Amino acid sequence: MKGRDYILPALVFVSMLLALYLVGFYAPIEREQGVVQKIFYFHVPSAWVAFLAFFVVFVFSFRYLVSRDKRWDNRAAAAAEVGVMFCTLVIITGPIWAKPVWGIWWTWDARLTLTLVLWLIYVSYVLLRHYVADAEKRATLSAVLGIIGFIDVPLVYFAIRWWRTQHPQPVIAGGGGSGMDPRMATAFWVSLAAFTVLFVYLYRVRAKQHDLEDEIEQAHQLADELPATGKGD
Amino acid sequence: MLRTIATILWKDLRIELRTRDALSASFVFCVLVLVIFNFTLDLGSEEARRLGSGFLWVAFAFGGILSLNRTFALEKADGCSKSLMLAPVDRGAIYLGKFLANVVFMLVTQVLILPLFVVFFNVPAESAVPLLLLIFLLGSIGFSSVGTLFSAMAANTRMRELMLPLLLLPVSIPVLLAAVETTQYALGVNENASDWFKLLIVYDIVFVVASYLGFEFVMEE
Repeated sequence: MKGRDYILPALVFVSMLLALYLVGFYAPIEREQGVVQKIFYFHVPSAWVAFLAFFVVFVFSFRYLVSRDKRWDNRAAAAAEVGVMFCTLVIITGPIWAKPVWGIWWTWDARLTLTLVLWLIYVSYVLLRHYVADAEKRATLSAVLGIIGFIDVPLVYFAIRWWRTQHPQPVIAGGGGSGMDPRMATAFWVSLAAFTVLFVYLYRVRAKQHDLEDEIEQAHQLADELPATGKGD
Repeated sequence: MLRTIATILWKDLRIELRTRDALSASFVFCVLVLVIFNFTLDLGSEEARRLGSGFLWVAFAFGGILSLNRTFALEKADGCSKSLMLAPVDRGAIYLGKFLANVVFMLVTQVLILPLFVVFFNVPAESAVPLLLLIFLLGSIGFSSVGTLFSAMAANTRMRELMLPLLLLPVSIPVLLAAVETTQYALGVNENASDWFKLLIVYDIVFVVASYLGFEFVMEE
């Protein structure tokens, strides 16, 4: 690793520490929800990062289909994998927060349901990649799915919103966002920035791994094409 | 272009007329789904009327996946898909022909299932038949549009048939929801469904176009 390769992990480390400090000691404890409200500082940034990641998948899928450069496919794959991980975090932290506050683990609320559907779409994206053997085929098929899946998002959003308004749901006490304490807002924005930097870092590591895998694969192919030396296979 | 579409459509319909593989499988499967739902949930008549549309579309979706899976599995035999790809015709036309064949299969299954649904769920559907047929058509177009594209994709994976439902069901959630809500409207369970009709039509247009364009990439060798 060169010197500048340490800049990003260092930034992740510092911003995460700062975010943890602000969330734990600086932001006041919410009057009605108590300590459990702290999960908000991890839940919402994870959701933002997941949505950002799926948008990145869409952009790179498109770029792959235009350029046919395998590196764009590697980037789309990296963003999808990291995005699914953050989306999983959203779905895990959601019920942990909902149970003490709403009294239920899960509600088919519009945002929760949208996140769940997105999770399902991008899990199927990762599965598809797993089940196509040929690298070029895998890149093309997953690029098509990356685009189709993203086009689907607004339609899913409207479907779920209308579906929700027709079915009554439990009354949710104290929705977030309204009249937040400025210290809470500071902690939230720092946490959001920290998660975004973390995403960029993880994404770059994963993309790099995919690039290296390709290089190794190419080296193997080259070795196979060389005339047999008589030693081994 | 139109002739190519018609040729592909007619080819698939003729195979179906001779074998009746896709239709019989998806029809029997739809019946099973409806019967199993009735058994396991032991619905009262009021509940059956209210929830019936949901079960109906779950049955259509699962039955549809069975017949969609055959679209490209069929072409694997005797190198048919290679010949199709070598044919000097627009790939999009192949997609449209296959897609239309799938819409026909789904519609035929739906028309056969409707009377059974009326009987099993005691739904007064007689006056709603024209509207229901329109909803069936719109729903089938939406479901088969992505379905045909994903069927071609699934045929390229190691999992083959198992991959299609995993890919198709999450993306189809909007069209299935819209189809269920409009069916409920047609059966007098819902008051107003104009937004849902719009969603159905928008989904159909968006995904017929997107799948038509995407097919070009999926089928290249």
